[in-house]
Amino acid sequence: MEERGGRFLLKAAEVHLEKVSKCFGEVWAVRNVSLHIRQGEFYTFLGPSGCGKTTLLRIIAGFVEPDGGEVFLDKEAVTRVPPWKRDVGMVFQNYALWPHMAVFDNVAFGLREREVPKSEIKARVLDALKKVNLEGLEARRPSELSGGQQQRVALARTLVIEPRVLLLDEPLSNLDAKLRLQMRNELVKLQKDLGITTIYVTHDQEEALTLSNRIAVMNQGSVIQVGSPREIYGQPQDPFVAEFVGTSNFFPGEVVEAIPERLLVKTQEGTIEVAIPENFWRGRVGEPVLLSVRPEAIQLRLPQEEDHNKGNRFLGTVKTSAFQGPLVLYEVELKRGTNIKVISPNPKGGEVFRVGEEIAVLFETQEVTIIPAGSGV
Amino acid sequence: MAALLSILAAFILYPLARVLYVAFAGEGGPTLSHLFAFFRRPLFREALYNSLLAGFLAVVFGSLIGLPLAYFTVKYDFKGKIVLQTLGVLPLVIPPFVGAVAFQLILGRSGMVNLLLLQYLGTTVPFMEGLPGVVLVQTLHYFPFIMLNAAASLTNIDPSLEEMAQNLGSYGFRLFRKVTLPLMMPGYIAGALLVFIRVIDDLGTPLMLNYTKLLAPQAYLRITTVGIDDVDGYVVCVILVILSLVSLWIARKYLSLSEYATVQRGASGSSISKKIGGLKLFIVLGISILILGISLLPHLGIALLSFSKVWSFSMLPTAYTWGNYDEILFRTPHFVKNTLLYSLLAASIDVLLGAIIAFLLIRGRVFGRNLLDAITTMPLAIPGVVLAVGYLRVFYGWNFPGIGKPLTATWFILVIAYSMRRLPYTVRACYAAMQQIHISLEEAALNLGASRRRTFLKITLPLMFGGLIAGGLISFVTSSVELSSTIMLVPKMEFGPLSYGIYIYMQSAIGRGPGAALGVVAIGLVAVGTYLIHRIFGGRTGSAFRV
Repeated sequence: MEERGGRFLLKAAEVHLEKVSKCFGEVWAVRNVSLHIRQGEFYTFLGPSGCGKTTLLRIIAGFVEPDGGEVFLDKEAVTRVPPWKRDVGMVFQNYALWPHMAVFDNVAFGLREREVPKSEIKARVLDALKKVNLEGLEARRPSELSGGQQQRVALARTLVIEPRVLLLDEPLSNLDAKLRLQMRNELVKLQKDLGITTIYVTHDQEEALTLSNRIAVMNQGSVIQVGSPREIYGQPQDPFVAEFVGTSNFFPGEVVEAIPERLLVKTQEGTIEVAIPENFWRGRVGEPVLLSVRPEAIQLRLPQEEDHNKGNRFLGTVKTSAFQGPLVLYEVELKRGTNIKVISPNPKGGEVFRVGEEIAVLFETQEVTIIPAGSGV
Repeated sequence: MAALLSILAAFILYPLARVLYVAFAGEGGPTLSHLFAFFRRPLFREALYNSLLAGFLAVVFGSLIGLPLAYFTVKYDFKGKIVLQTLGVLPLVIPPFVGAVAFQLILGRSGMVNLLLLQYLGTTVPFMEGLPGVVLVQTLHYFPFIMLNAAASLTNIDPSLEEMAQNLGSYGFRLFRKVTLPLMMPGYIAGALLVFIRVIDDLGTPLMLNYTKLLAPQAYLRITTVGIDDVDGYVVCVILVILSLVSLWIARKYLSLSEYATVQRGASGSSISKKIGGLKLFIVLGISILILGISLLPHLGIALLSFSKVWSFSMLPTAYTWGNYDEILFRTPHFVKNTLLYSLLAASIDVLLGAIIAFLLIRGRVFGRNLLDAITTMPLAIPGVVLAVGYLRVFYGWNFPGIGKPLTATWFILVIAYSMRRLPYTVRACYAAMQQIHISLEEAALNLGASRRRTFLKITLPLMFGGLIAGGLISFVTSSVELSSTIMLVPKMEFGPLSYGIYIYMQSAIGRGPGAALGVVAIGLVAVGTYLIHRIFGGRTGSAFRV
């Protein structure tokens, strides 16, 4: 470790996964996953429980040996290297602090295993505890700490050995909402300061979107889409991604006209116009597609109100409305029976559409995302 | 509540108090002179030393056997693991005094092994003489306590605690020494202390092996041969109680520590046992089979003996017969009958008292709750000999109201002794069963208009039924092979139960066959009972054998 301008630069590694698969009995926990995680990147595996994200993390840590495929750390194949020789630091969801050791001994454990000289151990342990704002608690037992403090000890214990990669398994899930937010910010700062390659596992899309440089969305053992938070949210390539990250409205249809920068799609509710980047659309007219529109991209108007925006406009009826303070959530049934979700910012006057009210639904052409066919809902 | 407390006081507290009183009463007030006198007698000093040594050695050897077995069965996954786990509990099925007889046959002066040695090497080894014999029998009988407790402890260790150590660079024996071992320590120590208590309290094994320089046999001999007024016998009892109390206290302390290792269990679904094969599997299986083979020898020996007509100075019986079973089932059937009657009665009393006490402890806000808890736990610390001595002291020669003769002249004294000794186990089983019934289940019934009585009958009782049965079975099984208090309390030969029968038969050479047949019946009873308990408790069988 060298110190440069107050920043600690760890020997951060890049991680390559090559066609990694793992089967538990009949079930594919991880199926043919290939990923490239760059040096110093904050990378998140996002998915529902049981999607294989934790198994993938445990494969990288070496606790699970894949049935097929290879794991590389900086070009070096480590697939069959035991966990204790990988130098890949993991923070467990339940922290896994050893109850029979004091905080100091917990943090010093990895250094002692590496036979670091005594004097250096002390300095490094204290330094690690300082980094996570836990000075003065060295003599405590884990059972005498709060959940947030335990979390910090677990983090310090892993960081003190200066691992090449940091693996975090749902580290915030056991904290209460307020503490979670605070730890989230500290984690981002710590990760940036250390420049360490970090892989983060979570089922919480909001956490994933705020923390990550890039996200891999997983479902049923496979990686569905990889991209920056903006790409994942803005251009979901799969209905699962659109529905899991945020929520969305889907319109199945068929392309009737394709001209540069514009696509007309015939759906059950009528023709929807979609703005597309140049050369984006490679399909043919007549091809089936799925359109996705985010609830917050939809505006509601009174039907008689004139609207000069050239966008998509449909008529419908309010089925339910739920007032949530800053937002109002609606369910609207369109004329031909499609149910859509709409999120409106709460207007100052507190004007809310009533259930049963006739309304007009508007969304602009660039708010519609095309999900390639074949991935159907 | 008052009735309950007075029953417990009369049959637990008062007898114990009388024992203490005799031991500490001087001419003009309390005195320690009897205690000092005890330590001045070389025989008693030797008995104390031998008892402590026997307990210590049984724990050491029991650990050498039990710990590897526990580690193998929890941490490794291999074919035949289930068989190993089942066989590992089987030694508990054979009452130690029956095991003692069997070991005499195999390792005794003219047993199988020594005959072989004599034939080929022209020499014999005194395996079963004196203290080593006692330690051998007790080690092989009690090691499952260590195995079960250590295995339970190991299973409870959160796998991520070990994975984290691996993640930080630790593995192999270092990982075991620095993380696994400290975490399983509380459970192991509790198991070890349990073995220690049992060995020191055990009266049957030393008597069977005719080795009396131990505390329990000394207490027995003083009272039965010197007389019921012999002060030394009571002093020995006091020493026994103190040893039990101290061990129990330490065990409790460590067990409460063990809870912290499992508090932070997470959702980590990873399996902790890993598949092994090749050389490692060979070694694991080899060690396990060797250990279990030796500890299961007595079962075999007893079975053989029960069918033998003549078996003396020969490797195997020279003639076989059904006669021994004929003897115990038709000519002297009272041993088996009495056992069934006494154990069943004791178990019923225990279930009844256990259910009521558990209910009072959990739902009651009655005054004296802590006192009740303390008194019901107490029998764990009172060795059978001591309780029997207390009963003799209190009830001997005193015509019990309503019976017209002393309680100790009737067989019912045995039922009382059994039920009081096993009460803690039944209370615990009922307590555990009732604890799982959330109070809202009862409140829902009350809310829908059921009275308190109807609620107890319709909701609480059916839900805790499994616990009641399990508690009753534990009481039944252990009562049916209880020897230490039995020997002292049996009023007449005809009132003797199975364990007493075995003891009497084994005194003579002709009686060994029928004695062994009774032993087989005892093993059968315990085996069936243990199996049923296991079925009801499921994977938590260990909890029936805890401190």
